[in-house]
Amino acid sequence: MALSRLSLRSNRFLQPSSTTAAALPSSLRRHVSTDTTPITIETAVPFESHLCDAPSRSVETSSSEILSFFRDMARMRRMEIAADSLYKSKLIRGFCHLYDGQEALAVGMEAAITRKDAIITSYRDHCTFLGRGGELVDAFSELMGRKRGCSNGKGGSMHFYKKDACFYGGHGIVGAQIPLGCGLAFAQKYSKEEFVTFTLYGDGAANQGQLFEALNIAALWDLPAILVCENNHYGMGTATWRSAKSPAYFKRGDYVPGLKVDGMDALAVKQACKFAKEHALKNGPIVLEMDTYRYHGHSMSDPGSTYRTRDEVSGVRQVRDPIERVRKLLLSHDIATEKELKDMEKEVRKEVDDAVAQAKESPVPEPSELFTNMYVKDCGVESFGADRKELKVTLA
Amino acid sequence: MSAIIHGAGAATALTTFHSKKLVARSRTNLPGRSKRCIVASGSDDGSKSFGSSSSLSLRHSHKLIPNNAVATKVDTSATTGHELLLFEALQEGLEEEMDRDPHVCVMGEDVGHYGGSYKVTKGLADKFGDLRVLDTPICENAFTGMGIGAAMTGLRPVIEGMNMGFLLLAFNQISNNCGMLHYTSGGQFTIPVVIRGPGGVGRQLGAEHSQRLESYFQSIPGIQMVACSTPYNAKGLMKAAIRSENPVILFEHVLLYNLKEKIPDEEYICNLEEAEMVRPGEHITILTYSRMRYHVMQAAKILVNKGYDPEVIDIRSLKPFDLYTIGNSVKKTHRVLIVEECMRTGGIGASLTAAINENFHDYLDAPVMCLSSQDVPTPYAGTLEEWTVVQPAQIVTAVEQLCQ
Repeated sequence: MALSRLSLRSNRFLQPSSTTAAALPSSLRRHVSTDTTPITIETAVPFESHLCDAPSRSVETSSSEILSFFRDMARMRRMEIAADSLYKSKLIRGFCHLYDGQEALAVGMEAAITRKDAIITSYRDHCTFLGRGGELVDAFSELMGRKRGCSNGKGGSMHFYKKDACFYGGHGIVGAQIPLGCGLAFAQKYSKEEFVTFTLYGDGAANQGQLFEALNIAALWDLPAILVCENNHYGMGTATWRSAKSPAYFKRGDYVPGLKVDGMDALAVKQACKFAKEHALKNGPIVLEMDTYRYHGHSMSDPGSTYRTRDEVSGVRQVRDPIERVRKLLLSHDIATEKELKDMEKEVRKEVDDAVAQAKESPVPEPSELFTNMYVKDCGVESFGADRKELKVTLA
Repeated sequence: MSAIIHGAGAATALTTFHSKKLVARSRTNLPGRSKRCIVASGSDDGSKSFGSSSSLSLRHSHKLIPNNAVATKVDTSATTGHELLLFEALQEGLEEEMDRDPHVCVMGEDVGHYGGSYKVTKGLADKFGDLRVLDTPICENAFTGMGIGAAMTGLRPVIEGMNMGFLLLAFNQISNNCGMLHYTSGGQFTIPVVIRGPGGVGRQLGAEHSQRLESYFQSIPGIQMVACSTPYNAKGLMKAAIRSENPVILFEHVLLYNLKEKIPDEEYICNLEEAEMVRPGEHITILTYSRMRYHVMQAAKILVNKGYDPEVIDIRSLKPFDLYTIGNSVKKTHRVLIVEECMRTGGIGASLTAAINENFHDYLDAPVMCLSSQDVPTPYAGTLEEWTVVQPAQIVTAVEQLCQ
């Protein structure tokens, strides 16, 4: 699907340029024909396991899938960078937690599961929302507090939800989504459908008591819950070695099996999530630790350089960047040429810019929206303004 | 104690008129009262503004309230129906709802195999199985969160706190996720949970087990709070809470579980946002809820002998307040006394005082008086514990003071 779009757009884009017009269409034709053939790729880093057998390092994929990884990650990266500049120009207010660097997690997970499997995450949710099928316009509108936003502008950066894609958000309090996630898994078990819940949390939340409470219940009741620790090595400003006595987060489940995954490798993430889904449906909960990294600070108000050196950040960017990794894969396997990838990135950039422009145009919520969605049913209660002459609204 | 129960039981016979139309229809021998029922249960018509055109309907209800309403058994259907204790009524309500809707499940500590620490869930695990009546480990934060997460997908969990005080550990989940998710998701998710449990001051249970959580939860936007006080409204409120799409916190009281009353055989539910008229009167409005209702009724007997005519209303709905019923009463009597078990600071009485002053200031002949528990942790010693809560003698004194 992505590929056919690519060929269509590339053709339109390439027509004016004359230099390599003859060469490119044939290369397009070349990888269009191989997009259904499975390719097996070895992950760079082996999996580490706890109380279970690690999955194989050979990942089954296809060229169209790797291309879609590239495209989706590029879109996520551009979205986060656009959000960064929007925040700096004060169009986004409050808290804005950016996910750039961690995109491989979102795309790898999506590749392994269906839209009926549930995902719940913390406040760093923009890219997960996009991965679940969220529209760029809805994301930017929500960030700027417009009516068009995915939560009608009333949630903000930390409260993206998409019910029809089983994306349960977007939660501001660290760790509070973990019991919710186990509740989702419980509901899945109750309804006897063969779906699982991925509950994402960070290395900071891994020290919350409710994680262990929820893990205990999940293991006791055999719930199809997969707890994914996105270990980006910093809980806001505190490094993992300063906050956790045992930073082996995949082992902290104790009686629950665990798996440590290179979270910057989208294919490894895909393999691990596929393995975890099968495991959870048969044997109950499993903990995944994704070794990943965020380039931005904890949020936009954190420069991200007081607790780590700029060399460290740029080092990771050079060696482990998820998009670069996929780009190298595409080039080495001759799935696409550099120019094609650059064009794809340009398209994505345009897509994001268009979405930002559209979101900027969309209206803010009406004043009456202040009182909507409080209760599902009308309670008939009236709310007076400060001087009793102001807005009298019936709580709806 | 038995005298109170009798009095309460008889009083509730009258109060049934304010409940759901299902019950009203059976009282065919009293058409006038049925009409009053439809006017008074104002949840259908949204207009509850008090200074405007609905004053016509208010006058109607005023005329229909009988003047000599001392507790008498007037309805013939009291001979049918079955007698049970309050905890059995709760269990009946819960069981009926679980039969009716397979999405309803119960989770809490010792609710399953043990049967519930107050026997509210007795027998349910045998009937519905372990997946619908879940014994959780002792982790209020996690299992409340789990109930809320399950509710996001459409299940209807009834979460039991063994004592309401333990739910303080789940405050984050109740406040942020339960109350606010419907709003912050722009209406995408509904959270139809019921959080229930016994609270209030018991018999020398100690400070940590005698808490009144309604005062802490009342500010949370997006939740509804109700307090039951008789077997009749316990069953009705339990059923209504389970059927409601909003998160509802149902406050029960440790000392009221063994109240006996005859309740109808046919199915009924109580309106969640409605107050209950316990004893109509003319001189003063006494607003109360939960256990204090019985202290008020005890005081009412003494007051009637002294020649006063108090109107006693069990507010039942702690959030939102039924300002419609309360307002009608204030407009009639012009004097208000609030008797509550919450502490003086920041309790339900404090909010109710503010609401009445704001809305009905013109109708008051005297300042609103609020009798609450003392601002102290509940002591263990029996005599001291008695002094922390409001006693009937204090209520009598307060009424005499207000009616001077």
